[in-house]
Amino acid sequence: METPTHLQERRDASDAAAAEAASAPFVPLVRPQLPAQAPLLVAVLAVAVGALPVVVLGWGPVGGVLVAAVAFLVALPVWSNVVEGPRKATDRLATSLMWSAFAIALVPLVSLLWQVVGNGFPALSGEFFTFSMRNVVGEGGGIYHALVGTLIVTAWAAAISVPVGVMAAIYLVEYGRGSRTARVITFLVDVMTGIPSIVAGLFAYALFVLFFGPGVRMGFGGSVALAVLMVPIVVRSTEEMLKLVPDELREASYALGVAKWRTVTKVVLPTSMAGIVTGVMLAVARVAGETAPLLIIAGDTDSVNFNAFAERMATLPVFIYYSYMQPGIPPEFGRERAWGAALVLIALVMGLNLVARAVGRWFAPKTGR
Amino acid sequence: MPPTTAPDAPSAAPVVAPTGVRRPGDLVFAGLARAAGLLILVALAGVAIFLTLEGVPAITAPSERIGADNIVVYVWPLLFGTLLAATLAILVAAPLSIALALVISHYAPRRLARPIGYLIDLLAAVPSVVYGLWGIQFLAPKVYPVYQWLVDNLGWLPFFEGPANGRSILTASLVLAIMAMPIITAICREIFAQTPTLHQEAALALGATRWEMIRMTVFPYSRSGMISAVMLGLGRALGETMAVAMVLSATGVITFNLISSVNPSTIAANIALGFPEASGVKVNVLIFSGLVLFVVTFVVNFLARLIAARGAVKGGR
Repeated sequence: METPTHLQERRDASDAAAAEAASAPFVPLVRPQLPAQAPLLVAVLAVAVGALPVVVLGWGPVGGVLVAAVAFLVALPVWSNVVEGPRKATDRLATSLMWSAFAIALVPLVSLLWQVVGNGFPALSGEFFTFSMRNVVGEGGGIYHALVGTLIVTAWAAAISVPVGVMAAIYLVEYGRGSRTARVITFLVDVMTGIPSIVAGLFAYALFVLFFGPGVRMGFGGSVALAVLMVPIVVRSTEEMLKLVPDELREASYALGVAKWRTVTKVVLPTSMAGIVTGVMLAVARVAGETAPLLIIAGDTDSVNFNAFAERMATLPVFIYYSYMQPGIPPEFGRERAWGAALVLIALVMGLNLVARAVGRWFAPKTGR
Repeated sequence: MPPTTAPDAPSAAPVVAPTGVRRPGDLVFAGLARAAGLLILVALAGVAIFLTLEGVPAITAPSERIGADNIVVYVWPLLFGTLLAATLAILVAAPLSIALALVISHYAPRRLARPIGYLIDLLAAVPSVVYGLWGIQFLAPKVYPVYQWLVDNLGWLPFFEGPANGRSILTASLVLAIMAMPIITAICREIFAQTPTLHQEAALALGATRWEMIRMTVFPYSRSGMISAVMLGLGRALGETMAVAMVLSATGVITFNLISSVNPSTIAANIALGFPEASGVKVNVLIFSGLVLFVVTFVVNFLARLIAARGAVKGGR
């Protein structure tokens, strides 16, 4: 008797539940979604909306792009909010904002490269690379003296900072690992990467004034300033590379009875050489474009100077600065030379960057699985 | 006299570290390495010491040589300009950079993420003097109509009083923002990529949208890293010289008017503009202002690294 009653009760209950479900508002398990092409569709519409003021009111292209972007940023989340609900709408808004940020970041990069190539290319010629500015008024002249100066100053900076930086990194990784001194040095090296370049220039000046008297200007001073900026970069990159060398290699060397210093120079350094070279080249690329310290301590001149230890020495960045800010009369020749030199400098720096990355990629040690 | 080191008795201590055997080559090499490490500390201290040595004469310098009543009156407007320009730059750069870093780490398809990262690194590789060139010749004329519009429509705000001028502190800040962006992006991107995958997958499995996942797992995990990255960007913007020196038309006043031709200069730009022609005490005055800049950037960088170090311990897994 009991069982049917029980069944009966259950059926009643399920009927009641069904009735309740039918009377309650319909809650689907899956929310409706926008079609996969929805962003594309909205983008096309937004472009159309943006084109409207350009065509009808004669706005510039920038205004049109802005209107289109705003239209897209409003329309897609609103549509999504109606169909998919607020959470999805927020997500779509966030995604659109992220990509617009990316687009905004590209604008300066593209326009800068465009400007430099467009303005600088006409200035390039054989004369531009092989003549200095000595006795040049108006048209003509070139960047030979600045190119030579940049090479000399940067080479000296590398000659100072590479041994110091690499040895310091060896100390941090191989000798001082975990010690208090090493931790302090690591921390201060990090802080040192933030030294403003002009402060490094002032430091070099304040140092050289003690030996050579007020108003000192020499290329080597610029190298010292650049070395201050370069050392932390070299230390950090070398440190990372040395840490990547597997301890098994060191242990194998020790097991053969090899002294520690020979282990470091014959096993650890060769293994990490590609990475270290990459780091050094990136550091060189970084300081080769520095202007402020060279403006302070290396100065500017119109003539070629091969001696880093006496007299002013022109460098590319300083040449660009003075050519543009004090272009002479008539100004267009000086400005054209400034853009030409900027193109050469950018090509130099970016070339170094690319080669550095290529070295790091191609000669990277096989770190095993 | 028994020898203090015993290379002839290796069997007595079979598991001695290689340093246990004192070889002259080892001593020399270890000494060199340690000296190089300490040289960096000495250099950092040297920067502070030499700047102080050459800067101190400025404190007692006669007012007519300084160009102001005293050194504080001289440096304060410059410091104000430096902080104002850097703050504006960070206000623009920080959100953009964080969004950019998220694009690279979470939004872009993996095949696109790498080239995008390279593009941002390219921005970092552009020398500052080229940014200055671009800022004064391209950006300043382009933003002038926008400033004019701001003066016409929002001129009642003290920031936009005008008269509009392209070479204003806002333009300089925009250039600074572009220069600070790559450094903030690079650091944020690394930190975002370190967020534990399990946290992210758990959030997604619970039905979170991508943005909710980022807010619930990525941001809490990398908060200290983001703060430190933004502060490092601030340090960069504070010390950046050439772009400001070229773009800004500076007069050395204190004003919040952001888009006129009357702007406060920054410490770094003021040094770059004044140093080549300076002589006598004027040099010391400029070096003193450089010392102030050094202290400010040092503190900012120090705090940034401290926050990063703290966060790294907390977030390690």
